[in-house]
Amino acid sequence: MGRRPAGRARAGGRGWLVLALCALYSAPTLTGVLPEDTAEVLYDKYSGDDQQVDGKTWLIRKKFADKFDVQYSRSTDVVSGASVDVRTTGASPYIEQRTEDNVSMQYLSGKTTYTVGFIHSYEPDYTSNTTTYSVSQDMFGDLTTVSMNYKREWDDIFKMLKECSTTTSPCPEDDFVKVHDPAFGMKRMDERSYGFGVTQILTRNAILAINYDLITDEGFISNPYREARYLDSTVARGWSLEPEVYPGTRTSNAIGSDLKYYLPYRAAIDLQYRYYEDTFGIHSHTVQLGYTHPWRNWTFDASARYYVQNQADFYSDLFPYADSQNFVSSNQDLSAYHSYSFGIGASYQFSIPHASWIERSTINIRYDRLVTNYENFRYWLDTNPAAGINPGEEPLFSLRADIEQIFLSLSF
Amino acid sequence: MRIFRAGLLPLVLAGMGVAVALCGCSPIQPWVKPYQREHLADPIMSFDPHPASASYLDHIYSVRQAARGGTGAVGGGCGCN
Repeated sequence: MGRRPAGRARAGGRGWLVLALCALYSAPTLTGVLPEDTAEVLYDKYSGDDQQVDGKTWLIRKKFADKFDVQYSRSTDVVSGASVDVRTTGASPYIEQRTEDNVSMQYLSGKTTYTVGFIHSYEPDYTSNTTTYSVSQDMFGDLTTVSMNYKREWDDIFKMLKECSTTTSPCPEDDFVKVHDPAFGMKRMDERSYGFGVTQILTRNAILAINYDLITDEGFISNPYREARYLDSTVARGWSLEPEVYPGTRTSNAIGSDLKYYLPYRAAIDLQYRYYEDTFGIHSHTVQLGYTHPWRNWTFDASARYYVQNQADFYSDLFPYADSQNFVSSNQDLSAYHSYSFGIGASYQFSIPHASWIERSTINIRYDRLVTNYENFRYWLDTNPAAGINPGEEPLFSLRADIEQIFLSLSF
Repeated sequence: MRIFRAGLLPLVLAGMGVAVALCGCSPIQPWVKPYQREHLADPIMSFDPHPASASYLDHIYSVRQAARGGTGAVGGGCGCN
């Protein structure tokens, strides 16, 4: 890359300086507000495609000296079942637990809020550590909030094997244990994320948020358990599997907008749109419409979401032969599909007797239905050449999932 | 660069340019005064009234779909194998 002319470099630097000074100029007059002290406990359940995830999360948030705010949350998910990946590759059903600890601290100075955070996630075959940094600034009479964030993530990936813990032959079912596959070893994946956001008050009834994220991954991006399918005339069913091979890097751009509007009869509508593209060749659009309606002590929510994407450049449901190209994947998440989800929720605000120090308490329930129709991912297990169903002629796969949440929230 | 082929870089730079240009003008008078923000302060107008719940849904979508980012949420970990 050539050197930039000095004049242009200075002009660019001056632009940033002016922007920074502008941010500082509006800082001293009014102070921002940190979120209120909160305690939340959430139970959630995901079930779809023979897979179930039961989770619970608890979160606590506390202010100190009106300038500092500390938040800690812990989530535990128990994943069980045999999703389509497991069934089509012949792997056995599994039960696995994932734990995530998330701690963050905010510091408020004038109209500027600084946030640092750390997230640790652990599964037997996947460990992840993430640091987050963000700064946000209210400006232009508090009509505008500008935020910037940076995230860095380090992941260690393993592959689990079932091994007999005794020398008994054949191995009793209860004696099988899961261990790291020494042949796979440990793979690494690093992720960097750069974000920029603007929240703008448009009118006394409308507010708009725009967020942009550039995310880049480097390392082992694929999934050690997934395999790609190719035509193989040497076997009766007509197809075989080979390990997936992904590029070593992936970079994505996403820009999203969220417009919220206050209706004349005290209700709110929410319209969201996101455009996404990445170096795998995937482009996607997400549109979501939400509605919030309070009634006495209740608040009701409803939302509808539509998502559509094209396939990755190196995706195929059925490659013509083994090792047919440099990168191969039959991962359904990289195929072409469209997805709908509909959600409803209700929140009830109540008071707790003899606990006047609790300012507000709510019990909330929410249900979402997710439907995904794949356009070029087929249910491989339905291959039956004897019945005239050859490889590539199986019915298309579709996913139906139910997501349920119930949570209690207390504000102090 | 390929990562900016969708023309997002010019859009971001243009947005920053507008912000800088606005700074150079006389101080902006808020067209919605603080005392006119009663509706905007109503809890039903919050972008994220239930962060733990929204974070959970965001995690599910990011595991099941290729798209990520652009929502203002910051998450970590995987839970995707």
